[in-house]
Amino acid sequence: MSVLVYTENWDGLFKKQSFELVSYASAVAGMMNTKVTALSIGKVDAEELGKLGNWGAEKIINAVSDELTVFDSQAYTGIIADIARAEGSKVIIFSNNISGKALAPRLSVRLKAGIGAGVSKLPLSIEPFTVYKRTYSGNAFAHLVINSDVKILTLAQNSFDLTEKPTGAVPETINVSIDSSPVRTVVTDRVQQTGKILLTDAEIVVSGGRGMKSPDNWGPLVELASLLNAATACSRPVSDEGWRPHEEHTGQTGKMIAPNLYIAVGISGATQHLAGVSSSKYIVAINNDKDAPIFEAAQYGIVGDALKILPKLVDAVKGLKK
Amino acid sequence: MKILVCISNVPDTTTKIKFADGNTSIDTAGIQWVINPWDELSLTRALELKDDQANGVKSVTVAHVGPASSEPTIRKALAIGADDAIRINASASDAYYTAFQLAEVIRKEGFDMIICGIESSDFNGSAVGGMVAEFLGIPSVSSVSGIRFEGGSPLLTREIDGGRETVKVTAPFVAIVQKGIAKEPRIASMRGIMTARTKPVKVYEPVAADSLTTVAGFEKPAPRAACRYIDPENPAQLIDLLQNEAKVI
Ligand SMILES: Cc1cc2nc3c(=O)[nH]c(=O)nc-3n(C[C@H](O)[C@H](O)[C@H](O)COP(=O)(O)OP(=O)(O)OC[C@H]3O[C@@H](n4cnc5c(N)ncnc54)[C@H](O)[C@@H]3O)c2cc1C
Repeated sequence: MSVLVYTENWDGLFKKQSFELVSYASAVAGMMNTKVTALSIGKVDAEELGKLGNWGAEKIINAVSDELTVFDSQAYTGIIADIARAEGSKVIIFSNNISGKALAPRLSVRLKAGIGAGVSKLPLSIEPFTVYKRTYSGNAFAHLVINSDVKILTLAQNSFDLTEKPTGAVPETINVSIDSSPVRTVVTDRVQQTGKILLTDAEIVVSGGRGMKSPDNWGPLVELASLLNAATACSRPVSDEGWRPHEEHTGQTGKMIAPNLYIAVGISGATQHLAGVSSSKYIVAINNDKDAPIFEAAQYGIVGDALKILPKLVDAVKGLKK
Repeated sequence: MKILVCISNVPDTTTKIKFADGNTSIDTAGIQWVINPWDELSLTRALELKDDQANGVKSVTVAHVGPASSEPTIRKALAIGADDAIRINASASDAYYTAFQLAEVIRKEGFDMIICGIESSDFNGSAVGGMVAEFLGIPSVSSVSGIRFEGGSPLLTREIDGGRETVKVTAPFVAIVQKGIAKEPRIASMRGIMTARTKPVKVYEPVAADSLTTVAGFEKPAPRAACRYIDPENPAQLIDLLQNEAKVI
């Protein structure tokens, strides 16, 4: 028996979310009196792999294959399924991110394992196996019982604290063959920005809505974000108007995010917007309408003209840095 | 090429969710049901692809797992422009069960491109599309933000961390779509609404399949502390509170 955690790597490196995931897996394993195996697919060097052991991974497997040069959900599922079987894994944990959403459902069918998607807490109980899961886009949480022998969980990002637990596990690299699930995905083109803080990874997000009035007013918002090491985001009308890139659109039909701090500037706080940001630990609202619904979701608020307030916030943060 | 769009029936996105039966189910009284927003956009894109005859899309079908009471949602999809519809007469008890039913019908009817939304706005499971593909043993491409045709074959754009890739897969395949797939949902025209009444809806009875999960109960999100207001003349106080009280910067 074991808990298997799929630790994705980005060009051979892990992120904080990888370690959160291992910390979570380790706590689940603790509840079940078993151990954590971490699995990463694609070449990662031994030192980087070893870091997974700082957060409770007792076994660290790096599966590599020359045939795997692109992300193919069938081939990846095949590898994870083989290792889950070999490890006798009863619970398999993914991040609820792009790759987790791609792989968990396929693996669910392959192993006949029920999924708890987007869990944000430890299981409420092991017998029956009950998880706490977001539903109705954050307007309700379900106690979901997973009745299958093997269970799959996808963990909402930024929902579990890092818990140090060094194991000294020595990583093993295994060569896998992917004959059983041939790679059928061909990538013909790729554009990728590097060096930018990804919205879904950011601990602080500064977001602008229609109340910013014009794309020309974004200067101080972007400056505030960069001073805070934050990512920038926006409401849907803002990206629909082309004021900001589509990647920044947050909400029900955009990105779901859960940073430690979400600063909403000139955003009214429509249900569909809140659906994507309500899991943030703190929400700050800056809006000139004291009745805007965003203030109901916020812990700190300033009622006033965003265009006047933003430059003052920039100055205040600059003062802090001195 | 035959396209299938899987549609789910969900409460309108502004619905205030209330519980019933000792918090074990949702109180459906007064709820307006709509096509899941992602599925509506999927349907829109499928119809756009069909409109351009060079793409060779022969038909756009919608499939739904649900009881007869969800017929209005199906008729709405037909009014928007789907050619025909399939309803599997069962309640969609969990993602595994639902995907099993859809896969069974897809096997019988045969489709080249199956489009599913990234999630339903009610259960937020993000699972049905990938499960359908796995039941059928066909490729799936997820986080798809664009579908177009080039030289008669579909090209998909998928989101990756910090960027996007253009991807080709062999049909049949499942595309699991998200933001960007279509700009605005297509609205039913008067003529669409008239013709929807006579378009065929094939009803299948469900096959035996397992559900792997059950909902034991619901709870409301924890209430947030009341908002603390900061003097707009002194925004620096906000920064101070974020640093020393909330400790998030
Ligand atoms: C199916 C569906 C899905 C949707 N999905 C999303 C989604 O994913 N994300 C999303 O964001 N929206 C989504 N929407 C749209 C949503 O309903 C709202 O229309 C949208 O969020 C509003 O954006 P906003 O807050 O920027 O603009 P508005 O609602 O126009 O609000 C602008 C705010 O700025 C304030 N303001 C104006 N001037 C100033 C100033 N000088 N200083 C400070 N404040 C000022 C105003 O008081 C107002 O509160 C969806 C809608 C539907 C129907």
